[in-house]
Amino acid sequence: MALLAYSIRRILMLIPVLVGMSIIVFSIIRAIPGDPALTILGEKATPQAIADIREALGLNNPWYIQYFDYMKDILSGNLGESLQTNAPISDEILPYLAATTELTIVSMLIAVFIGVNAGILSAWKQNSWFDYCAMLIALVGVSMPIFWLGLMEQWVFAQELKWLPSVGRDDSRNPVEAITHFYILDTMIAGQWDQLWEVIKHLILPGIALGTIPMAIIARITRSSMLEVMRADYVRTARAKGLTQFWVVYKHALKNAMIPVLTVIGLQTGLLLGGAVLTETIFGWPGVGRYIVTAIGNRDYPVIQSGILVIATIFVLINLLVDLLYAYIDPRIKYR
Amino acid sequence: MKKRVLSATMTSLVALAMLIAGCSSTSTTQAPAEQPKTETPAPATEPAKTGPKQLIVGRGADTKGLDPITQTDGETFKVTENIMDTLIGFADGSTELAPSLAEKWEVTPDGLVYTLKLRSGVKFHDGTDFNAEAVKYNFERWSDKSHPQHSPEGFEYYISQFGGYKGDANHVIKSVEAVDPTTVKFTLTRPLAPFLANLAMSPFAIGSPEALKKDVKKFNEHPIGTGPFKFVEWKRNDTITLEKNPDYWSPGYPKLDKLVFKVIPENTARLTALASGEIDLMDGLNTDDIPAVKDNKDLQLFLRPTNNIGYIGFNVEKKPLDNPKVREAIAYAINKPEIVTAFFDGVGEPAVNPMPKTMWGHNNDIKDREFNLDKAKQLLAEAGHPNGFKIKFWAMPVPRPYMPEGVKIAEAIQQDLKKIGVDAEIVTMEWATYLEKTRLGEQEMFMLGWTGDNGDPDNFLAVLLDKNSIGSNNYTRWANDEASQLMMKAQSTPDQAEREKLYKQVQEIIFKDVPMVPLAHSTPALAGKANIVDYNPHPKGSESLEKVDFK
Repeated sequence: MALLAYSIRRILMLIPVLVGMSIIVFSIIRAIPGDPALTILGEKATPQAIADIREALGLNNPWYIQYFDYMKDILSGNLGESLQTNAPISDEILPYLAATTELTIVSMLIAVFIGVNAGILSAWKQNSWFDYCAMLIALVGVSMPIFWLGLMEQWVFAQELKWLPSVGRDDSRNPVEAITHFYILDTMIAGQWDQLWEVIKHLILPGIALGTIPMAIIARITRSSMLEVMRADYVRTARAKGLTQFWVVYKHALKNAMIPVLTVIGLQTGLLLGGAVLTETIFGWPGVGRYIVTAIGNRDYPVIQSGILVIATIFVLINLLVDLLYAYIDPRIKYR
Repeated sequence: MKKRVLSATMTSLVALAMLIAGCSSTSTTQAPAEQPKTETPAPATEPAKTGPKQLIVGRGADTKGLDPITQTDGETFKVTENIMDTLIGFADGSTELAPSLAEKWEVTPDGLVYTLKLRSGVKFHDGTDFNAEAVKYNFERWSDKSHPQHSPEGFEYYISQFGGYKGDANHVIKSVEAVDPTTVKFTLTRPLAPFLANLAMSPFAIGSPEALKKDVKKFNEHPIGTGPFKFVEWKRNDTITLEKNPDYWSPGYPKLDKLVFKVIPENTARLTALASGEIDLMDGLNTDDIPAVKDNKDLQLFLRPTNNIGYIGFNVEKKPLDNPKVREAIAYAINKPEIVTAFFDGVGEPAVNPMPKTMWGHNNDIKDREFNLDKAKQLLAEAGHPNGFKIKFWAMPVPRPYMPEGVKIAEAIQQDLKKIGVDAEIVTMEWATYLEKTRLGEQEMFMLGWTGDNGDPDNFLAVLLDKNSIGSNNYTRWANDEASQLMMKAQSTPDQAEREKLYKQVQEIIFKDVPMVPLAHSTPALAGKANIVDYNPHPKGSESLEKVDFK
């Protein structure tokens, strides 16, 4: 019951957060220099045409009217139309979101699988050579520029070794037919197993590039959290009962050590969703980060606005999910 | 640095090893599921790998829209030129006019009536006929603001090349008549010398009237023309796929079955994709990477004939740049040969005039100023600035074919300017903002460039330096009446020899008054697989790939 109450309270708290966010996004966009009407019309715009288009876009209204019009649309599920393509953003953004989400999930799987295990092993074998190596790698991983890492990966694994493809989501010579826009699902639905393998291969290099930083952070948090838990009384008791080290670590200690790790995983997932622009650029990944950056270059206000809002909403939702999971794992939290 | 490379490679290797371990288990778990399904998918994928001749073209950015008249962007035309034909074309790799949908044409001696004889039996991809009525329809759509398929946002290229829309004072096309199905007659209000060259420009490609009438918005997503390839699919920011038009009017073409344009924003990543065989052809090769392409026997280098100008401009409305002596002093302090050697890696040459040397009308008699700091100092002293001055120097934030490394070039110039007492502060900003602000005249000294559209000197000189282009592409805001009059006269003179004389005079005035220092003409580099044949990069920056084939 307490968990339910906590959940409701936590969900209600989203409303002011989302409203605040929409105001911030809305005003930042208006601060970008450059008149969108001029940008749409290009270099040879006539004053009359500029006036017409400003009127059509509602740019002549006071900002708060523009904001309320915008919110009205958003609440009725209308994200607006792209100025560049004239297509509804809610339709247009889907393939991009799917592409980024697929990449983010793979990156996080890589990051969590390697990061958590490396962290556990480091804690388990504290001060061993493995510990030192893993933490050194984690340190390098955190500070490695994605740009450089991505290009190195491509050079080594695509160009020199020819093991993996360097760019894109699928083989352009044998493209995937989009159904849900999640290519792993799409190829499975179509029963195209060789294409599925292609899609997986295309995910590996960008997945590693994007997953490296979270992997390193997760490894370090897991290690320190594990070390703390391992010193706890109940772990000593478990050992005293004669359980094997493996059992103690993975069964007893891990669950409690996971709480801070979970927070980091949640935060990092949100960051990756919005901040994958560099990875998407290097790997020619048609994701939502590049969608928004291209829109910024084109002064496509509605796309920038709605795109950021969508990303921010997902970020907030992931945080919510983490908090709820948190409360579920550690019952003390909901009473705070 | 070495340590970092080592540890990074180690990280990647460790990560990969772990991943491969993870992956192999994925594939084994899928193995049983694969068995019952094999009958259906196998034949579908097999021929795709061996059968059709496919060319995958890698490029830096996506197309904005596929209705060419609504666009001004080169990435758009790279695609639309393969789908739609223009009335008049260009010869391979040159700006000489050639027959396309029109087989021949005649001009009356007064330069006012153009009669075009159209190819017969040509069909649009939707099966409807191409004829004089279709041409008329397209021109009406572009010129008449009240036409139902005219875009509310306007057609920029139409305004700039034909002087506005129907009813505007400067509009040059009085009427377009369909005399008979294969004859179309254009009557002009005044002679317009580049008229035929304009018709050859990519935005004026002829689309299917039926398709346009049905849904003009959809046309922008799914264009229908008479070109060598038909549109198949557009995955935004990723790929645009075209397939062979088996009924193309040019016998034996196209050679390819499928043509895919793939977006790979990063130049280095694009080259990697080419080297690893994921794509077959790419543009936007970094000049640094040219030696690597030359050394790789699986690849070949293509150079696009030059048709551009990269320049250092002066906003002549701002002090002290309003003084021609000051501008000339700076011109003496820019070491062009050095810059071209250092930053263009052998694919550019120093420029003297604001138009390419290969274009007719280029004034070869003008001798460029030599790099001479003493002369520069002397001129500054004469202009009343013996101790120099402070100035903001705007540097381009993005590489362009005509200016590969804006900021670095600016830094090189900054060093030399310091020696004559001019303290240049380098300013840079996001590209769209840069263009916007330079258009509004907020800059002092700046760098920019231009790539030609139609092989006519008018398209360089008038666009960049006519006083009527202030507020659009005349970023120097140089308003010289004499030069403007000469350019206007040249535009309406039908005789090319006469025009040539006028443009040479214009170049002399420009050289003397120095609104800009033309820096370099580059030959943009492209790379492709070694087995590609008959690919001829066109100077205008895009071309139809109908003749391209594999050895």
